[in-house]
Amino acid sequence: MSGIILGLSRYVLCFFSALYAFHCFLGFGSEGEKERRGVSLLQAFFLILIHVISFTVLYFRTGDTEALYYCALQEVMIIAYMVLMRFLYPESSRILVNNMLFFLSVGLVMLFRLSPEDHNKQFIVAVIALVISLPLPALINRIKEHWKYTYGFGLSGMILIFFVLVVGNVTRGSRLSISIAGVSFQSSEFAKILFILFLAGILSDDCFFGDSRKDHEMRQINTGVSALFAFTYVLIMVLSKDLGGAAIFFVIYVMMLYAALKNIMVPGVSLCLGAAGLAVSYKLFPHVRNRFLAWRRPFSYIEGQGYQITQSLFAIGTGGWFGMGLTEGSPDKIPIVSRDFMFSAIAEELGCIFAVCFILVCISTFLTFINTAISDNNPYYRLLSLGISVCYGFQVFLNIGGVTKFIPLTGVTLPLTSYGGSSCLSMAVMFAIIQSIIVSQE
Amino acid sequence: MFFFNKDKKRNTEGSDIKKTDKNRELHVIMYFFVAAFFSVTVFFCAYVGLSAKKTINSSYNMRQANLEKKVIRGMIFSSKGEILAEEAMNKDNIEVRYYPYKEVFAHAVGFSTHGKSGVEYEANISLLTSNAPVNERLEKEMSGIRNYGDNVYTTYDVSLQQAAYDALGVYRGAIIVSEVKTGKILAMVSKPDFDPNTVSENWAGISAETEDSPLVNRALQGLYPPGSTFKIVTLLEYIREKPDTFKDFQYICNGHFDYGDTRINCFHSSVHGRVSLKEAFEKSCNSTFADIGTLLDLKKYRETADTLLFNSDLPLNVPYSRGSFVLSQSSGEEEIIQSAIGQGNTLMTPAHMNFITCAIANKGMLMKPYQIEKIENYRGMVIEQYAPEEYKRLMTEEEAELLKEYMTGVVLNGTGKKLKGLEYEVAGKTGSAEYGTIKGESHSWFTGFSNPEDPDIAVTVIMEGAGSGSDYAVPVAKRVLDSYYRSAGK
Repeated sequence: MSGIILGLSRYVLCFFSALYAFHCFLGFGSEGEKERRGVSLLQAFFLILIHVISFTVLYFRTGDTEALYYCALQEVMIIAYMVLMRFLYPESSRILVNNMLFFLSVGLVMLFRLSPEDHNKQFIVAVIALVISLPLPALINRIKEHWKYTYGFGLSGMILIFFVLVVGNVTRGSRLSISIAGVSFQSSEFAKILFILFLAGILSDDCFFGDSRKDHEMRQINTGVSALFAFTYVLIMVLSKDLGGAAIFFVIYVMMLYAALKNIMVPGVSLCLGAAGLAVSYKLFPHVRNRFLAWRRPFSYIEGQGYQITQSLFAIGTGGWFGMGLTEGSPDKIPIVSRDFMFSAIAEELGCIFAVCFILVCISTFLTFINTAISDNNPYYRLLSLGISVCYGFQVFLNIGGVTKFIPLTGVTLPLTSYGGSSCLSMAVMFAIIQSIIVSQE
Repeated sequence: MFFFNKDKKRNTEGSDIKKTDKNRELHVIMYFFVAAFFSVTVFFCAYVGLSAKKTINSSYNMRQANLEKKVIRGMIFSSKGEILAEEAMNKDNIEVRYYPYKEVFAHAVGFSTHGKSGVEYEANISLLTSNAPVNERLEKEMSGIRNYGDNVYTTYDVSLQQAAYDALGVYRGAIIVSEVKTGKILAMVSKPDFDPNTVSENWAGISAETEDSPLVNRALQGLYPPGSTFKIVTLLEYIREKPDTFKDFQYICNGHFDYGDTRINCFHSSVHGRVSLKEAFEKSCNSTFADIGTLLDLKKYRETADTLLFNSDLPLNVPYSRGSFVLSQSSGEEEIIQSAIGQGNTLMTPAHMNFITCAIANKGMLMKPYQIEKIENYRGMVIEQYAPEEYKRLMTEEEAELLKEYMTGVVLNGTGKKLKGLEYEVAGKTGSAEYGTIKGESHSWFTGFSNPEDPDIAVTVIMEGAGSGSDYAVPVAKRVLDSYYRSAGK
């Protein structure tokens, strides 16, 4: 019995992940949540199967009964969240709920395999994130005058990352987190949300839609102020030596400004600015040069700067299309695998087919996000959901592009799947904001 | 596209044109991101499907051990199906890699216990991949039994390899034999050698010395001064520069060539007298070629060497050394005339010399050399078949024809006479490459090919410190060629 499960599991997991991903896109064709009910139920079924099969394999491989115990607990968490969301917000996006749980559960499976200790921590974080995200849509929709808080958001986010820059802990050369009462916070993860809220407020001002002279002036002032804020955010991130973070803030700003000003010059000019900024940081910072070298010629620096990325490529390549099977690869040979290289670990053990399906689920999540922006008539919500879409999409791109050597490594986490409390919590909040906008549209 | 249903509906109704206007930027951003995701996915799949196999063959990839847990390493066969390497049980009932031909194929097939080399290195991932029938693989996976890895058929010919191994005798050096028209490597011997069955046990002993280590495959990695065999390159460059007049070239050799303080002697201080270019090549007259060296355009000389794969990569998937030819316009006279006769700073491997010889034999076109013929699953179903392919044109057909004529002359009238009057014809060039500081010590070289009109194989021999090419390397090449034609029955 156990032999059959272990032998077939690699293929079965790839098969179900493909079915799951397929149903993500099937959902787009239908109008309204009611029609999607059938699709999303099937999806929930596949998602639960993937989770249960994975933990069963882990149980047989490790002989650790905790695998079964956690599997059951997490099933309760998954089903409870699905039921509660459906009950509390009948109009919420089911695909988004499923995808959120898909990312979380795949992350928990891999973490249990990589480090049971990290898994236990992350499980608690996941529960907290889900609990927090439950009342959020209702709360957010109750706040009627968002624009009052615009500058409050902008300034508090800035203070948050500035504070970390000054007193934060240094990990792997970057100042990213502060410890409060033994719990470490990665403040930039929360600053992203505040930054998007600030930009959505300032860039959706009425002056962006009027044609009078005063509107023109106000528009210039607002654009200038937003640029000043964005510049400060990016500068602080660069000084914290978090280049991936800086890039995320920069791209969020460029895309939101482009949507607000409706001028193709914005991304055009920003592209040049971004390239110049990259060139300057390449000259100034050795860690940027190292990342670049490791990207161009990883095998020439295999024992130094290129170690991580070559390990990642070995992991993906050795795993092949169907993977080595859970616990049968060596993803732990990649340094900081549970934060930055979850995608490679998934590809190595669950298979590259599974990994491609994972990307497809990310794409469907991104499309659901940005469709929320496209279909909303309120400029504030349009920009807010656009900002979150860009933040999510760009982060996924930086992570997966980095570990597959498509672009240089940036040290950005894979949303909801990587180990890390702050990134998980802040992503859950972003999902909740999108849900609240979807709920209010219907 | 199907996910814009809502918008499309509005458009067709024509009620809200501004709305679509407002959405243009969002659509641009959406397409931009979808394109980015799409590119990453394609890049990822291309890596997994196309280039990963080569990447994970790196000796730094510790994960090969994970594959070994799931697959029984496949077998390696000669071109005629003799087993060159297989998994077997030793007397303690432990699975070991067994090499029935021991030292004979030590470098060509290599070893897989202490790192990997040779075919074991090049085909490592194939040997560790099972393409057994799917149902069988699944069945075994379910019962936790390892699957059979794929088998590799090489291009090596056992009797030819054995003949080359015996012919080299006690000498250090290397022999490489390839099939001219296909690029198949038929035999590759290097000495000193080792027993691949006991690599692990004897590791400390055989890997200790670096330069002299028996682990070094001298055919691919040994860098030697080419000596007079390099006159092929000098000759080619001269006829390229003087296409109309080289036939009228004459030189009077009095046994040595003086230039300033430098004196170049002909081998054994022979005096060749008045010689044409062809005669000088046949008799391997150093004085003539030293003189030619002073007449050459150094920039073009270097370019010709480069097109003959000096200072560049060879089309091989196993570790090798690059040949070097470093003359430039700033080189001194002594270096120039030394280089023209294959001394000086010029270094090359026997394999490199063999590839140049192959190109001359094959009308100037070098076929891509290869040692892996096909990969089969353990039941004999072909998984991958490697066909001959053209690698690069090293010279024009006319140039190749001329070099062939000159090299045939070497055997008929010159230093290669020992190969004259056999049941097969040979074209080639000898070399006696001086090395070290002691006068008279030289490596014995021969490179050539059989049946110039319809060439079969190219043989390159080097014997370290043996003496002159015509006395030592030529007879060894003859034994290899004899073996080839005896077993071919031609």
